[in-house]
Amino acid sequence: MKAFRILAAGLAGLSLAAMAHAGGGAAAHPHEPEGGWEFDGLLGQFDMPSVQRGYQVYREVCASCHSMKLLSYRNLGEPGGPFFDPEYPNANENPFVKALAADVEIQSPTPNDIGDYDFRPATAADQFRSPYANENAGRAANNGAAPPDLSVMVKARHNGASYVYSLLSGYPSEEAIGTREVTPALVTTPASDNGTPDDPTDDIAEVSTPAVMQTVIDMSKVHIPGHEAAEGEHGEAGVLIQPAGQYYNPFMAGDTTPQYEGDPRKSPAGGFLAMGPQLPEGRVTYSDGTESTTEQMAHDVAQFLAWASEPKQTNRKSLGLPVMIYLGILTILLWFSYKRIWRKVEH
Amino acid sequence: MSGHESSYTPNSGFEKWLDKRLPLIRFANDTAITFPTPKNLNYWYTFGAILAICLVIQILTGIILSMHYEASVDGAFASVERIMRDVPYGWLLRYIHSNGASMFFFAVYIHMFRGLYYGSYKAPREVLWILGCVIFLLMIATAFLGYMLPWGQMSYHGANVITSLFGAIPLVGESLQTWILGGPSIGNQTLQRFFSLHYLLPFMIAAVVILHIWALHVPGNNNPTGVEVQDVEKDTVPFHPYYTIKDGFAIMLFLILFAAFVFYAPNALGHADQAIEANPLVTPAEIVPEWYMLPFYAILRAITFDLGPIPAKLLGVIAMFAAIAILFVLPWLDTSKVKSMRYRPVARQFYFGFVVVCVLLGWCGAKAPDAPVIPALQGEKMLVVSYTENGQEATSEYKGGNEAYVDAKRFMASLPEDASPSLAAVAPATFQFSQLSLILTILYFGYFFILFFVGLTEKTKELPESIHKSVLKRHKASTATAVPAE
Amino acid sequence: MTDQTAHSHDDAVDEDRRNFIHIATGAVAFGGLAAFAIAAVDQWNPAADTRAASSLDVDISKVPLGGEIRVLIGGKPFFVRHRTPAEIASADAVNVATLRDPETDDERLRPMADGKLNPAILITSGACTHLGCVPVGPTQGNVGAFGGWYCPCHGSQYDTSGRIRSGPAPTNLPIPNYKYVSDTVVNISL
Repeated sequence: MKAFRILAAGLAGLSLAAMAHAGGGAAAHPHEPEGGWEFDGLLGQFDMPSVQRGYQVYREVCASCHSMKLLSYRNLGEPGGPFFDPEYPNANENPFVKALAADVEIQSPTPNDIGDYDFRPATAADQFRSPYANENAGRAANNGAAPPDLSVMVKARHNGASYVYSLLSGYPSEEAIGTREVTPALVTTPASDNGTPDDPTDDIAEVSTPAVMQTVIDMSKVHIPGHEAAEGEHGEAGVLIQPAGQYYNPFMAGDTTPQYEGDPRKSPAGGFLAMGPQLPEGRVTYSDGTESTTEQMAHDVAQFLAWASEPKQTNRKSLGLPVMIYLGILTILLWFSYKRIWRKVEH
Repeated sequence: MSGHESSYTPNSGFEKWLDKRLPLIRFANDTAITFPTPKNLNYWYTFGAILAICLVIQILTGIILSMHYEASVDGAFASVERIMRDVPYGWLLRYIHSNGASMFFFAVYIHMFRGLYYGSYKAPREVLWILGCVIFLLMIATAFLGYMLPWGQMSYHGANVITSLFGAIPLVGESLQTWILGGPSIGNQTLQRFFSLHYLLPFMIAAVVILHIWALHVPGNNNPTGVEVQDVEKDTVPFHPYYTIKDGFAIMLFLILFAAFVFYAPNALGHADQAIEANPLVTPAEIVPEWYMLPFYAILRAITFDLGPIPAKLLGVIAMFAAIAILFVLPWLDTSKVKSMRYRPVARQFYFGFVVVCVLLGWCGAKAPDAPVIPALQGEKMLVVSYTENGQEATSEYKGGNEAYVDAKRFMASLPEDASPSLAAVAPATFQFSQLSLILTILYFGYFFILFFVGLTEKTKELPESIHKSVLKRHKASTATAVPAE
Repeated sequence: MTDQTAHSHDDAVDEDRRNFIHIATGAVAFGGLAAFAIAAVDQWNPAADTRAASSLDVDISKVPLGGEIRVLIGGKPFFVRHRTPAEIASADAVNVATLRDPETDDERLRPMADGKLNPAILITSGACTHLGCVPVGPTQGNVGAFGGWYCPCHGSQYDTSGRIRSGPAPTNLPIPNYKYVSDTVVNISL
C-alpha cells in the first residue's frame, strides 16, 4: 500500500510541475475542432485522409511562404506517413510519393559539373522545398517578419494542434472589418502660420496633410470561442485599430491595449501578426471531394503539422501498450516473488 | 568496502586462486549478497536502488545518443530531430533520456527527503550524506549542461541566464563568465565544451556513487527507527535476496511511471520553446528552467533588494548556492541525539512544513514574479489617466464598472489640449509571487536553524530497544487492532 | 509467524531457488532486457535519411565518348563509362574461359526500357575487389594494360568490361543495382 502512496505522491508532484509550465499570455485559449483530435488519447492515431488533405493545403497555401526543412518527401510515404503504401516499404520507391516530389521544382543542393546549382524536379530523398533561400530573404519579402519554419510548429506552441487550428480559423469575419479615414491631428507650426487669420494658404498647408486609411475591427461583431463576455454589462464593445501590415487574431500572443479604442480594462484577447487570413472558404479544391470550409482546411493542415512535428507518434503509442502490459506482468511476478521470499521474516 | 565480517568461502580451485590475488568475488559477495541490512526498511529506502537504475539508464541512452548527436550551432537542432525521425528507435532512446532526467531528479528528491526524515545524515553517516550532496550537485551540473545540447530557445536563453550568474561574482565575475563561455556570448565553442562535460560528469557521478555506497557499507544502513543494529542475527537480513527483490519490485513500479511519461506524455515535462531552434535575437516570453530546478530558481529570484554593499543579483546567487550548501553542514546543525522523526514529535511537524515550503518554492519558480498569488483577491483593475498640468505629471484614478470609463473619458475631454492625456488600466497592488518566494526562502533556511534549537529542547518519544523489538511491537499492535478483544 | 534468524535464511533461500515464481520472474525480466537490447543495437543500422541517400539518377548523355564519370552513392564510388566501339569490341573478343572470374560482357550490362542492351555504357563499382582502393582509369589518363582500369595500390588490372585480368584482385568489379529510367537517365542504387 505504501508503494501506491509513493506513486500517488510522485504523480501529484509531477503533474503539478507539468501544470506549472502551462502558463498563458493574454491570448484566447485555443480550442479543439468539433469532435476533438483523432490522435489524442492513449491509443489515438492520425486520421490519414485528413493528414493527406492537410499536405495539399500546406503544398498549395502555406508552402509559398513557410519552409519545412526537417521533412523530406520520402517522409510522406514512410510507415506512419500519410501516403504510406505497404507495397513499397521503402518510401523512395513509392511511385505516388515520387510523383508528389517531382511535382515540386527545387534547386539542387549539390553543384553540377560546372559548379552551378541546377533547378530540377525533387526526388523522394530531397527536403521539402524552401520558399526562400534563407531567413533574411524571407524577412525581406514579408515586411520584416520572416515566416517561421513549420517542421515542429505543433510542438513549439502550447496546445500545439489546437493552437494552429484556432489561429487559422479564428480571424475576425469580413463583416467585423471596416476602414475609416483619419486625418492626423492638425499641427500648426509657426513657420506655416503667417499670422493672417483667414489666409487661405494656412488651410492648404493643413489640409494637404495626407489622410490615413485605417483598418478597424468592430469588436462587437467578433466572436471568440470560449470568450462570450456579457457585453451588455460593460457597454458596447470598442473598436480595434489594426496596424498597417498586421492582422488581428484573438489566439495570437500579444497585447491589444495600445490599439484599442475603449475601456482598456476590456481590451480584447489576442494580438497582431503579419500573416493575414489564408484559408477563405474554397481556398483549395480537395482531390477527395471534401468540402473546403475554413474550419475543414484549418483542421486538416493542423493535423498534417501535428504529424510532421512528430511522425513517430504512431509508433510510440503502438509500442507503448505492449511495454506497459509487459511491465505490469513483471511487476505482479516480482510482487509474488517478493512475498514468497519475505514470508518467514517479520519486518 | 563493507564493514561486516566476510562470510565468503571460495569453492572451486579458480576461486581460491583468484581470492588470493584479487578478491573480486569476495568483494561482490560481501557488498551485494551477504551484506546485513536492517529488516525494517520500508519502500522509501528503495530509492537508492532506483537511482542506481536511473544512472545506468541515463549513461546507456546518453552514450547511444552521442553517437548521433552533432555538437555545433548549425547542426545540433537538426541532429536531435534526425534522431527523432530517422535513426532506428532514436525517438525512444531520446525520450527515455530526456524524461529520464526528470525521473532521476524525482527519485533523488524522495531519496533526500527520506534521509532528512529518518536522520540518515547524523553520526556515523555524515560522510555518506555529504557524498550524497556532492552527487546532487553533479546531477544539477549535468542536467544543466545537457539541457543546452538540443539547442532550443530555452537551451540557449536558460544557459545565458545561468552563466550570467557567474558574472555577479565581484571582481572576477566578468572574466569568469567569458572564460566559461569561451567568448563574449554562447557560441559553437560553448556548445562543444558543454557537450564534452555533459559526457564526462555522469562518470564522475558514478565514481562518487561508489564512494557513497562504500560510506554506506561501513556503518551500515540507517533504518526507520534510527536505532543502530545491535544483533546482526535478529535485526538484519542478508541484502540478497531480501532487498534485491524488494528493490526490484519498487524499481518496476518506478519504471511503470517512467514508461507512462515516455510513451504517453513525452513532452509534458518539457517546454514548447525547446522545439524552436535557438535564436540569440529573440528571448522567449518566459524563461523557466526544468521543473526540478524551480525551487532554486525561486530562491534566486526572491532576493530583489540590495543588502549593504551586496547587490541584489549577487545576493540571489549567494542565496541559491547557500540553499544547497547548507545541506553539507546539516549533520552539525541538527543537535538532536535522536535520528528518526518518528520519535521527534515537534521536529516532525517542522519537517512536514519544510516539505510544503519546498513544493511551494517550486510553484513560485514556475510563475512570473509579479503575478498575483491568488488572482481572485486582486480585485478589479482601475483606470488611470496620466496627463500634464502646468508642466507637472499628474494622474487621476477611476474605479468601478463602465461608469468609471465614461467618467475617465469625460475627464480627458475636459482637459486642455496641451495636457496630452493617456488612459491605462492598472492592477491594484496585491500579494505577488516574488513576495511569497521571499517568505518561503526565509522559511527554507529557517528550518535548519529551527532544527538546531528544537534539537536542544525537544522532548522525544521513547526509542525502541532494538530493530527486532520494534518490529515485534508493531506486529502485536496490528494484530490487536485486527482482532478486537474477545 | 515465527521470526527467523540469519542461520535459517540460507535454507529458505535454497528452497526458494527452485520456486517456479522466481524462475518465471527471472525469465520475464531477462526477456525485457533482451527486447530493450534490440532497440539499443538496431539504432546502429543505417538511419532513414542514410538509406534514402542510397540511390542516384545519373544522366548518361553527359559522359564523353571514351571517358567516364565517377559518382558517389551513399559514400561509395561508381564508374559510368562511355565505351568506344573499339573498347566494346575488345571486351567482346576475350575468351571468357581464360578469365579468373568468367563473365561475358553482355552479362555485365542491364537492359534498357525496351529490353535491349546498351553496350556503350558500362556501369561498375569503383572499388577494387582486392582491398577497396579506387582504381585509376580514363579520368586519370591511365587505363592499365587491358584498356580498362588499373589499381595503383597492388597492381590489379581490369579490362574494358571491368573484369579482372591480372594482379591480386579476386573478382571483377561488381555491377551495382541499376536500371534505365529513360534512354539517357540511369538510376543506380546500393
